[in-house]
Amino acid sequence: MAEAATLRPEQYVRRREQLAGWEVNVVSYKLGDKFLCEVDNVSPGAIIARGQGATREEAESQALAQARERLARTRRFPT
Amino acid sequence: MAEYAHPEVLVTTAWVDQHRNDPNVRIVEVDVDTTAYEQGHIPGAIAWNWTTQLCDTVRRDIIPKDQFERLMGQSGISNDTTVILYGDNNNWFAAWAFWQMKIYGHADVRLMNGGRKKWIEEGRPLTTEVPQVSPTTYRAKDPDFSIRAYLPEVRSAMEARSASLIDVRSPQEFTGEILAPPGLPETCQRGGHIPGAKNIPWGLACNEDGTFKSADELKALYEAQGVTPDKPAIAYCRIGERSSHTWFVLKYLLGYPEVKNYDGSWTEWGNLVGVPVEKP
Repeated sequence: MAEAATLRPEQYVRRREQLAGWEVNVVSYKLGDKFLCEVDNVSPGAIIARGQGATREEAESQALAQARERLARTRRFPT
Repeated sequence: MAEYAHPEVLVTTAWVDQHRNDPNVRIVEVDVDTTAYEQGHIPGAIAWNWTTQLCDTVRRDIIPKDQFERLMGQSGISNDTTVILYGDNNNWFAAWAFWQMKIYGHADVRLMNGGRKKWIEEGRPLTTEVPQVSPTTYRAKDPDFSIRAYLPEVRSAMEARSASLIDVRSPQEFTGEILAPPGLPETCQRGGHIPGAKNIPWGLACNEDGTFKSADELKALYEAQGVTPDKPAIAYCRIGERSSHTWFVLKYLLGYPEVKNYDGSWTEWGNLVGVPVEKP
């Protein structure tokens, strides 16, 4: 079997922040000529949005916009 | 320090990197969809889409035996293939695939410890090329549902307190403050949990890098909540994938003799008319 052309993820960055009232992890890294970003909801840890772009800012902006919209729909109920 | 009960079901990222070209090893990325796989995956890995390939798309169920055999065959998996599963969300859906492969009796299936997250954090190679696989003929065993809990059994266990019910969702889901993980669609009519269930979120079983905690740490975690090997255990979450992860921990890392995954989970219980719900 021919070896697949591979790339290594570089410039990996992970940070935690608040978004639309929820805690999220924002992960981004460079793969070849593009940046990839994914946002997870920390608790429980599901990835809720992804983005990609020519720069880290572009990839993050895309993922964060999608994450913000989804998080804003989450309802809280009294317990 | 105690060892895992079945250490053979876990492989490291380094092991996968060394064995990804072995002809008898099939690496499979399992996610809720294949978006992450398309962006870049372990060279040689194929993808399984949990939503459309591991679940029956007409009724709510795992795929039937004949469909499972076709999936294995199309994936180039023979009965003696070593299957390595990994995925995002810390292997949630990979753990589901592991559980399903055990239902149909596959002998050698393993999880890559730390999943996709650890592979990427370590800067290991990725590709977007989809490998060509040679189809095989696969023969599944008759399903072993001793590792699957259905609603009547869960209800009996709740009433008789005959099994440890483990709710592995987040504390906010457990209390009913939210009906689904933040940012994901609500799939139930009521929030809360099954009466008597202990809330032990799946992630407490993992280290920061996504790998599993040591056997001693895991033992302490579950036993502190009264989940002990002398009593049957049933894990549940929202749709059954996070609870597959906990099922894996209890059955294979700690060696509990009777552990079941209630894949109906809260999307079943939280939609039923007339069943008891505990809040918070």
